[in-house]
Amino acid sequence: MSQQMTGAKMVVQALKEQGVEVVFGYPGGAVLPIYDEIFQQNEIRHILVRHEQGAAHAAEGYARATGKPGVVLVTSGPGATNAVTGITDALMDSIPLVVLSGQVPTFLIGNDAFQEADTVGITRPCTKHNWLVKDPNKLAETIHQAFHVATSGRPGPVLVDIPKDVQFATGTYLPPKKARTDHYAPRVKGDIEAITALVEMMETAERPVLYTGGGVINSGPGASQLLCELAEATGFPVTSTLMGLGAYPASGRNWIGMLGMHGTYEANMTMHDCDLMIAVGARFDDRITGRVNAFSPNSRKAHIDIDPSSINKVIRVDVPIVGDVGHVLEDLLKIWKSRGRKSNREGIESWWKRIAEWRAIDCLSFKPSKDTIKPQHALQRLEALTRDMDRYITTEVGQHQMWAAQFLGFDAPNRWMTSGGLGTMGYGLPASIGVQIAHPDALVINVAGEASWLMNMQEMGTAVQYRAPVKQFILNNERLGMVRQWQELLHGERYSHSWSEALPDFVKLAEAFGCKGIKCDHPDDLDEAIREMLAYDGPVIFDCLVEKHENCFPMIPSGNAHNQMILGEAETQGVIGQSGAVLV
Amino acid sequence: MSPLKIQQGSSKHSAYDLRDPYSEVLETHTLAVLVDNEPGVLARVIGLFSGRGYNIDSLTVAETDHQGHRSRITVVTTGTPQVIDQIKAQLGRIVPVHTVNDLTVEGPSVQRELALLKVTGKGDARIEALRLAEIFRANVVDSTLESFVFEMTGAPDKIDAFADLMRPLGLIEIARTGVAALARGV
Repeated sequence: MSQQMTGAKMVVQALKEQGVEVVFGYPGGAVLPIYDEIFQQNEIRHILVRHEQGAAHAAEGYARATGKPGVVLVTSGPGATNAVTGITDALMDSIPLVVLSGQVPTFLIGNDAFQEADTVGITRPCTKHNWLVKDPNKLAETIHQAFHVATSGRPGPVLVDIPKDVQFATGTYLPPKKARTDHYAPRVKGDIEAITALVEMMETAERPVLYTGGGVINSGPGASQLLCELAEATGFPVTSTLMGLGAYPASGRNWIGMLGMHGTYEANMTMHDCDLMIAVGARFDDRITGRVNAFSPNSRKAHIDIDPSSINKVIRVDVPIVGDVGHVLEDLLKIWKSRGRKSNREGIESWWKRIAEWRAIDCLSFKPSKDTIKPQHALQRLEALTRDMDRYITTEVGQHQMWAAQFLGFDAPNRWMTSGGLGTMGYGLPASIGVQIAHPDALVINVAGEASWLMNMQEMGTAVQYRAPVKQFILNNERLGMVRQWQELLHGERYSHSWSEALPDFVKLAEAFGCKGIKCDHPDDLDEAIREMLAYDGPVIFDCLVEKHENCFPMIPSGNAHNQMILGEAETQGVIGQSGAVLV
Repeated sequence: MSPLKIQQGSSKHSAYDLRDPYSEVLETHTLAVLVDNEPGVLARVIGLFSGRGYNIDSLTVAETDHQGHRSRITVVTTGTPQVIDQIKAQLGRIVPVHTVNDLTVEGPSVQRELALLKVTGKGDARIEALRLAEIFRANVVDSTLESFVFEMTGAPDKIDAFADLMRPLGLIEIARTGVAALARGV
């Protein structure tokens, strides 16, 4: 085959050779030549979204559910700027995305041309790296480099901006093998001395904890397996961030639940009182640490992370280990075994007794109701009715997201997609479509709040067009629940703009989109309604009318420490001080 | 303090000063950053400092390897030790960055800056300015009957000292390149 081809053809050729099967995108003037090439082939499937933000989130969902990079194709100007939220979301959550954007022709750049935006300038701070390609001979190599950067080291989004004249021009195609990628080679093997130092600490620790995060999942299924092996072999309790759920199975013996602001009491108390904290692919986010100077005050800390800038950024650690979680855990286990599999059995046994006392508080309990559906109850029922299915869960952002994390159990990685770092309302619906495209036969549920869901509801059109049978499980409290909760706790119950007076009829909305709508407003009808949703072969909008003023507990109020959790309504008076108020 | 006295890390003269006033002791470090000279690379480095609230006390950049298209960025920055470590780690993960060297901690280094100073005056002040310039080994690169432009190269504090002396003698304008630095020895 001739290696001379147009830029547009190179784009499609490069995507094929990178093993891309699906592209999420939206056409426009500056990408028409690429769309013309997509039209003339059948290997790469293009999913037409309804808004470029949806394309980015769908690609994120696809990436998280498969471990492969998600690919986005958008036009110049508004196409690119609309994608920025999704790109930033991917950066914050370390999701590999390759975004290809059209640009006005090179001779018009800087001219305020129609649909021109400084895309590389705008996306510079929200990508791992980006490129503006002005020479067709460099286009193929740049795209290969883009895939390399997006997927190596700490994954993240990259963007390649391609002017329209470069798409038309003819140049030489370079296959992936010949592309120069060696200049970016993050370290994956951890320092053996540091790992040995950690093993020594593990051998004597009385109150250890494994604090795991999204890095375990990003490292691949092997890393999750090694984590399980480590936890089972040592008997150490395991907690996880929002991003890391599923890396260690929720049904596992050592699981103590999610930690952080809305994590379990036992997980946060374990973190606070431990004497050895092993952070594995987690980054000490402010939702996790609470007040930094009161964070786990009496522990020695080890931190395994592939990104050197994550280490000592928030919390000073005693043993930093830069490397890929999978590689480091493998070496860690090897060294621990070769030194005789030692651990402080007695200490750990009494540690588990203390954890059991904390667990006995039953921090996730809530007041049940016979007349209104409690959101927690709705999720308990969803969990009970879907637990054994081939299930993937996405969420929007807010109270429902925290309840989903608390009440749904994940036994495998890549089954839980949520916007953690950026907290993007409107993430869940397009992400669920991306997941469903990757796994057409699986059950994909987006646990949503009605306010978040409305932010990208246009994507129901995408779901219907591609027959993606995503289930939109909307916990509808007619409120911006998390905002409302904070206004109650922090702003004297002045509920400024945190409710919607004009919500759509979701059942009619579903009909308008050409899918099924189900409404449920009584606990007695809930199981039947969920079963109906699961049985329907197509997309469903499930409008679950829930208790309007339910608060999400337990909770570490802003500016407080892990051992200052509030467990329910009775404890909420004046819990957030002035210094905490600014922390959100 | 006079606006022309540039003290490293002082808020008036650093490009960005978003320091936490309650942090620990501040340190000033000189970092040498070797980068691919590709479009936008300087914007990436500067954007990192502004985006994350770090200081830039001085910044110089030029292509130093024309064949390999490599540039050397010398940046003087101020922060707590933890912040300095973060800056180095954050710089290190920018894709076109090859190496980050902290010349302040990696052994002795030579630091030099070029300054041009315009001094106006007549009579004794003018003679005194010339005399001091000689002591500081500053060269006269432009002269009129009422003014001199002095060129001097030296460590930043030497230029500070010279500028302080010139001020009462009629210093009206100063241009500085920012620090270029190399580690001593091999």
